[in-house]
Amino acid sequence: MSKHTLSVLVENKPGVLARIASLFSRRGFNIDSLAVGPTEHDEISRMTIVVNVADSPLEQVTKQLNKLVEVIKIVELDGSASVNRELLLVKVRADASTRGAVLDAVQLFRAKVVDVAPDAVTIQAVGNADKLADLMRVLEPFGVRELVQSGMVAIGRGSRSISERTQRPVPVPAPQRAG
Amino acid sequence: MSEQVTGAQSLVTSLEAAGVTEIFGIPGGAILPAYDPLMDSTRIRHILVRHEQGAGHAAQGYAAASGRVGVCMATSGPGATNLVTPLADAHMDSTPIVAVTGQVGASMIGTDAFQEADIRGITMPITKHNFLVTDPAEIPRTIAEAFHIASTGRPGPVLVDVAKSALQSMTRFEWPTELQLPGYRPVTRPHAKQIKEAARLIQSARKPVLYVGGGVIRAGASRELFELATLTGIPVVTTLMARGAFPDSHPQHLGMPGMHGTVAAVAGLQKSDLIISLGARFDDRVTGNLDSFAPHALVIHADIDPAEIGKNRHADVPIVGDCKEVIADLVALLKAEGVQGDYEAWVDFVAGVKKTYPLGYDAPADGSLAPQLVLERLGAIAGPDAIYAAGVGQHQMWATHFIGFEKPNTWLNSGGLGTMGFSVPAAMGAKVACPDQTVWAIDGDGCFQMTNQELATCAINNIPIKVAIINNESLGMVRQWQTLFYNERYSNTDLHSKRIPDFVKLADAYGCVGLSCESPADVDATIEKAMAIDDQPVVVDFRVHRDAMVWPMVAAGTSNDEIKYARDLAPDFDDVEL
Repeated sequence: MSKHTLSVLVENKPGVLARIASLFSRRGFNIDSLAVGPTEHDEISRMTIVVNVADSPLEQVTKQLNKLVEVIKIVELDGSASVNRELLLVKVRADASTRGAVLDAVQLFRAKVVDVAPDAVTIQAVGNADKLADLMRVLEPFGVRELVQSGMVAIGRGSRSISERTQRPVPVPAPQRAG
Repeated sequence: MSEQVTGAQSLVTSLEAAGVTEIFGIPGGAILPAYDPLMDSTRIRHILVRHEQGAGHAAQGYAAASGRVGVCMATSGPGATNLVTPLADAHMDSTPIVAVTGQVGASMIGTDAFQEADIRGITMPITKHNFLVTDPAEIPRTIAEAFHIASTGRPGPVLVDVAKSALQSMTRFEWPTELQLPGYRPVTRPHAKQIKEAARLIQSARKPVLYVGGGVIRAGASRELFELATLTGIPVVTTLMARGAFPDSHPQHLGMPGMHGTVAAVAGLQKSDLIISLGARFDDRVTGNLDSFAPHALVIHADIDPAEIGKNRHADVPIVGDCKEVIADLVALLKAEGVQGDYEAWVDFVAGVKKTYPLGYDAPADGSLAPQLVLERLGAIAGPDAIYAAGVGQHQMWATHFIGFEKPNTWLNSGGLGTMGFSVPAAMGAKVACPDQTVWAIDGDGCFQMTNQELATCAINNIPIKVAIINNESLGMVRQWQTLFYNERYSNTDLHSKRIPDFVKLADAYGCVGLSCESPADVDATIEKAMAIDDQPVVVDFRVHRDAMVWPMVAAGTSNDEIKYARDLAPDFDDVEL
């Protein structure tokens, strides 16, 4: 088993997310993380899906995804040739005696404090999964009150774009006339 | 600028524009607006069925017999959910159908309104694609896309759910000139390099087999297949979905492979060194235990659906393309190269197995009727031009073995999903599509009782199908497993159908001719009598011996090497040196 990051361009239509989620569930594929958002084209959304599979089922995942009419393109992003990021917001216990130490950790990880209360701070951190895991290891001893994390988003390095327009219209047969 | 019409009128005009001439359906609240303009359509004949499942299977039978897209229509909620089984069936067997359902008004969606069901959500995993239309302006484009998706690439079912509010609003009908389906690009032209590689393997193989699946029938590639087979001399097996793609009478034909396949077809695949898979998907009912399936064979896998290639069995030469084009290209290349493979010893071997282990059965000792005899005689008398639509179970297996198929699109059945009750409505749909052909529904007494209400539809709408009930008064296939694997403990498989219902009276009550046959001596006369009736549906109750079993058989989950020719009788071909 290994993790693979798929960038999936889909038509921006209602129900697309349900279709993809249902496909994963029906075929018994596991989603580790899923993030959906707009792209530079209004009619196209982009999903970043992290799947945990062996190599041969990965081919099945992409082939089955490709069969969905609303899926336009699938690209597997190689970890070293792409940038991937997750967003984490965490509320950590921090009173006058511990706040300094918490803020040191925030600085070390180039994270940010986005809210402060007398007995807690809310920290925002962006990074890859490893960096965020490291940050959490440092913060946990202070006491984590609440944690929320986004799915991973990823983009290939270099100047090439995967979302260049791929749309070609399909001609429709003329309407059938009687006789 | 076109004139203002209701969404309902736009829907009917769109269906006409898509070439629809027949619809099977039942109206109800949410779809009701569409039924009003439908009444005035001079191009579309709507056939009012008795249950939406019947409408769905009828659309399937229509499509499978004719190759044209079958259409069914139902209302929201229960009307739509009754289509779920036929949609799933069509999805498994790649049958091109379009289902149009009414949905509650757009403002009511999500409120648990009366007769509301999220049919688009429900059918996502069992349709090729589906749509929910709430804007009446979208109706023509959606219908055009639905028919395009259903009928191209790997065919399949498409559902269009239309909100009642969209049917009732005013709009303009404008048939689209092009479709915007950026994610839908089926590949039909095979790659020349792959064809070349396949030809090389075919020429160098010593023990090749053509493993022919339903894709060859859906692609209309029987003629091309015949040319490939006769050009190369390679033995042919046809799966349950491909029966009729290659003539049963041809000496190269080894029959059907799989769990209830012929010994020759099963042995042919097991012992082969090259499987040329054409529009087949290495289904578990064909391969048995996958790890021991055809262990020494290389695989050429041609399919229009890339996801089928390598799904169950590794493909040494994958070919994505339409079977018609793939086979034609192969034939052209093999002809051009003029290299004939050396298959002589192999052809002799499989011919020997076929001769030693022919399909057969024992007449019951008590002189009662053998089900196999009924199907053998039915095939002989009705002939290869008739269309046969089977249900699911023992009668289906006997039909596939003993009728004798010579032509494509003459054998309709529920292969992938295994839907009991498929037969009568599918036969009805086939008869509507092909009114000049004799259509026989071959049904079990269990299956028949699931969908026989469509006899009323047939009788009233002048759809004179013929039904052969193979009545062994039980859920026969399940009973066979109980005999073989559950110590003859017959839990809930006895249907008492020789007593209740009286099928002859039931036929009569439905305005059909009811016949009954209990003795081998009467089989021919009864079939001939049924064949002579052309203006009414006919139902024949063939009261057969209840202990007849389907052989050969590979027990579920075991290796195809473990095939039994009859109970406790394994064929012996293991020590043959090739």
